[in-house]
This record gives sequence, C-alpha cells and structure tokens, in this order.
Amino acid sequence: MQIVHLGLPAIAADISARLSALEKSTASAQSAGDNAWMLVSAALVLMMTGPGLALFYGGLVRRKNVLATMMNSFSMMALITLIWAFFGYSLVFSEGTPFIGGLKYAFLNGVGVAPNPDYAATIPQLTFMSYQLMFAIITPALISGAFAERMKFSAFALFTTLWAFLVYFPMAHMVWGKGGLFNAYLGGSVPCFDFAGGTVVHITSGVSALVCALYLGKRVGFPAEPMRPHSMVLSVVGACMLWVGWFGFNAGSALSASGLASSAFAATHFAAASAALGWMAAEWLHSGKPTMLGGISGAVAGLVAITPASGFVKPMPALLIGLLAGGFCFWMVTAVKHKFGYDDTLDAFGVHGAGGTLGALLTGVFATSAVNDTPIGGKLMPLGAMDGHPIQILYQAAGVAMAVLLAVIGTFLILKICDALIGVRVEREGEREGLDLSQHGEEGYYLEA
Amino acid sequence: MKKIEAIIQPFKLEDVKEALKNIGIDGMTISEVRGHGRQKGHREVYRGQEYNVDLLPKVKFELVVADTRLEEVVETIGQAARSGKIGDGKIFVYDVAEAIRIRNNDRGEGAI
Repeated sequence: MQIVHLGLPAIAADISARLSALEKSTASAQSAGDNAWMLVSAALVLMMTGPGLALFYGGLVRRKNVLATMMNSFSMMALITLIWAFFGYSLVFSEGTPFIGGLKYAFLNGVGVAPNPDYAATIPQLTFMSYQLMFAIITPALISGAFAERMKFSAFALFTTLWAFLVYFPMAHMVWGKGGLFNAYLGGSVPCFDFAGGTVVHITSGVSALVCALYLGKRVGFPAEPMRPHSMVLSVVGACMLWVGWFGFNAGSALSASGLASSAFAATHFAAASAALGWMAAEWLHSGKPTMLGGISGAVAGLVAITPASGFVKPMPALLIGLLAGGFCFWMVTAVKHKFGYDDTLDAFGVHGAGGTLGALLTGVFATSAVNDTPIGGKLMPLGAMDGHPIQILYQAAGVAMAVLLAVIGTFLILKICDALIGVRVEREGEREGLDLSQHGEEGYYLEA
Repeated sequence: MKKIEAIIQPFKLEDVKEALKNIGIDGMTISEVRGHGRQKGHREVYRGQEYNVDLLPKVKFELVVADTRLEEVVETIGQAARSGKIGDGKIFVYDVAEAIRIRNNDRGEGAI
C-alpha cells in the first residue's frame, strides 16, 4: 500500500485532509437539503398571499369589489418587496436596539450566498432574506380584510408602506432580530416564543384590522342590505391554498429540513383539521347546519393559532389548540362582532387577532423542550407551563401586549396621516358603484365578452 | 299570433323543452331570472350573519305561436312544469302585432 512508503506524519496529514474533505462535503450536502426546503417554503408562503389570500378574500366580497380586494393582496407582493430590499430586511435582521434593527443590510448590502450564522447557518442569506420577505408581504395583506369594500387604493398603498415601517419591522425585530427585546434565543431580555409569527404577523395585523374597521366605519348599507359572499367557490380554493402554503410558513420557520420542521408540519396540520371541525360543530349546534364558510374559516383560525406554537408543541396539544381556536374564533365572529356592531368586513380581527392571541398564550402552556431542544443561553431549558416553567405564560402575555400596543397606536397614527393627506375612504357614490370601477376602472367579470 | 311567457322552476327546464319538442315546437328563448310569487324565500347564514333570500332563481320561457296552437302549447307547458307545489310559476299570454324574420323579411305566422 502507498501508506507504507509515506511514514507516520504523512499518514496523519492524509487522514486530516480526507476528514476535512468529508466535513466539507457533509456540510455541503446538508446545505443543499436545507436550501432546497427553504426555497420551496419561501415560494409556498408567497402563494399564501397570491393567489391564496386574494381568492379567499376576493370570494367573500360582493362582485363589484372582487378585483379591488384581490388588488390589496397582490399589490403587497410588489410594494413590500421593494421596501424590504431597501430597508425592511435590515431594520428587522441587522443588529440595532432591542426595538428596531440598524441599516447594515440596507439595499441588501452584504446579503449574498454566504449564510448568516446568527439566524440560519446552513442556507444562503439570500434564501433567508427572501423567505422572511414573504412574511412581510402577507401581514399587511391580512389587514385588508377589515376595510375591504370601502378603502381608497391610494390610501391603502400609503397605509401599508407606513405600517411596514411603524408596526411590522419593529415587532419582527423585537421577536426575531438579533438582540430584539423578545428574542428568546438571541439575547432578548423578555424571552417570548413565537415560532412563525403569532405576535409578529397575526396579532399585529388582526388588531390593526380592528382599529381600521372602527376608524373607517361601516360600509354603506351595513348591516341592513344583504352583503353575501359573491363566490364561495373562490374562497374555498383560496383557503385550501392557505392551508397548503402554511406548511411553508410554519415548517419552513425551522429554517432547515430538520426534525423540527417535521414537528411543525404535523402540528400545523392537526391544528387546522381540529379547528375546521370545531367551528363547523359549533355552528351546527348553534344554527342547525355546518357550512363550507365555517369549515374554511375554522381551518384558517386553527392555522393562525398554531403559528406561534408550531415549533414547540407535540401533535396532541396542537390538536387541542386548533379545537379551542375553532370554537373561540367562531364565538368572536358570530357573537362578539354582532354585539359591538363594528364592520370588520372579512373578520380579520375575529380570526387573526383573536386566534393569534389565543395561540401566543397557549404556546406558553404547551411549549416543550421535547419538541424544540434549541439551547437557550447555551443550555437546554424547560419551555412552557407543562414543562414546569409556568412563568413563560407571562412572557408570552408581554409579547402579546407589545404587539397590541404597537398595532393600536401605530395604526391609529397612520390612519390619521393618510386621512389628512389623501382621505382613507372611497366617496359614497364610488362605494355604491363598487371599488373595481371607482378605484381601478375595470370589472372582475364580463361574461358576455 | 300569441306570445307565451312561462316562468317555471329551473329544474323543470328540460322537461318543458322535451314536451315542446314532442309537439313540434322548436323555437323558443330562455333566460335565467329571479323572482317570487307566493313562495317564501329561504334563509342563508354566513359566519352568523343571516340573510333572507326571497328572490329565487327561475327560468323564463318566451315563445310565439299561431293562435290555433295556443291552447295546446299552454297545456303542454303547464303539464310539464307542474310539480303541484307553491313556486311552480306562471304562464302569461300576450297578443303579438307582428313577427319579422330578419334574414329574409318574412312576415306574420310564416316568420315564427
């Protein structure tokens, strides 16, 4: 053999060279697997906005507003993308204060194929940046459910731009950014668990939705005139795309093709299924018939509630979280909304605000290190109340409180600014005529053509 | 010439078409319409919001026939469209002043 002629030092050098080659190829194989999953996840999350949310919301409005409603979702795919590239990514993920990041990555400076080991050591930072962008896109699009059928498009564009800066970027930095106030893993002083965006995405958007619904007031003719969904078929297709896309949203938040991703995948699916059943059962008992709209609303409520918990809980607690979310959001949407009489057109608050809050708090109950063994401060720690760490519920409540506070103050302020500059509400005639014609000069359906 | 306007239950459309074909009537115009007479509507519930839908889907037949065939055609439509329940619809008969075939300017009964 060749080794015989080389002598001992040469053998050691040879082994070390081979080992380092092996390590390199192992790392590259893991990186390939993780990157493949994360690119697919990013695409799945984008699909949630377009066409998922666009169809879900579009089907629920009246025919004359279908395009304007879809435009709210679609336009975020373009507008937020630019804002994210210029400032958003940097303000969320570069180091700064506990409340907002800095400008290190502004204009994607220094964001390339090399990984950012603070967040995801095995995938290119470009993948991480693109994946996180898709969350920034869907969040303001969710709010549009509250003011659908009556907000000016120009005001919407200004509103969402300001909202990204004043509400989303700070909250996302606080929870996910290095050094953020609530970041349990990267130096936050109040460790709040939010795996995929219960506080960052759903509470901020849901609570902002309520503020918008109250500020804009009811639609002309509400609630005396019938305002039935014009196409439940579109809504069912859209909601099912949301369900599928949510696997990218939650399982992708593992930021790797790991066991944790599988855990989040299973939790997500179980919560959606049990929440769909929970909502349908509630309305079956309450009004005699289970409905398609109830089924898809329930599924979305369950998906919302499991979002913060998905990477921390076992399948059976996930199922329970879903069931509770289905019943709770049903009650919010059917009883609470009618009692107070606000016109949250598509129930963005009743589903995302309520479901997000429930999920964030229950994360503090059911989170367990048996599912997520990511070390905190270098150690394996008990996570939620069931793990013997009940104070976590308080930390979760602190995260919820911050999201609510930021959403209420930020949204109110932004609405005031938009109202002063361009006016937020469509003229009465334009609302009667429909936003498709008054805002965009086109129609969703022209069947004679 | 008479114009017959029949508003019937949508699920009777094929039966009526078939019955008219069997007595040799092959010209007609059909439209989907909404309306109600004595039939009450139904209740729909969307996320707990109730709507009473009282304008129900119906199908409207329009056809013009020679005076001599009127009774036969009305009888045929009535029989085919009847289920015996409220909501079966109505048949109206009008006088027609003139009929013109656009292709060749035929007039009167020859044009129908």
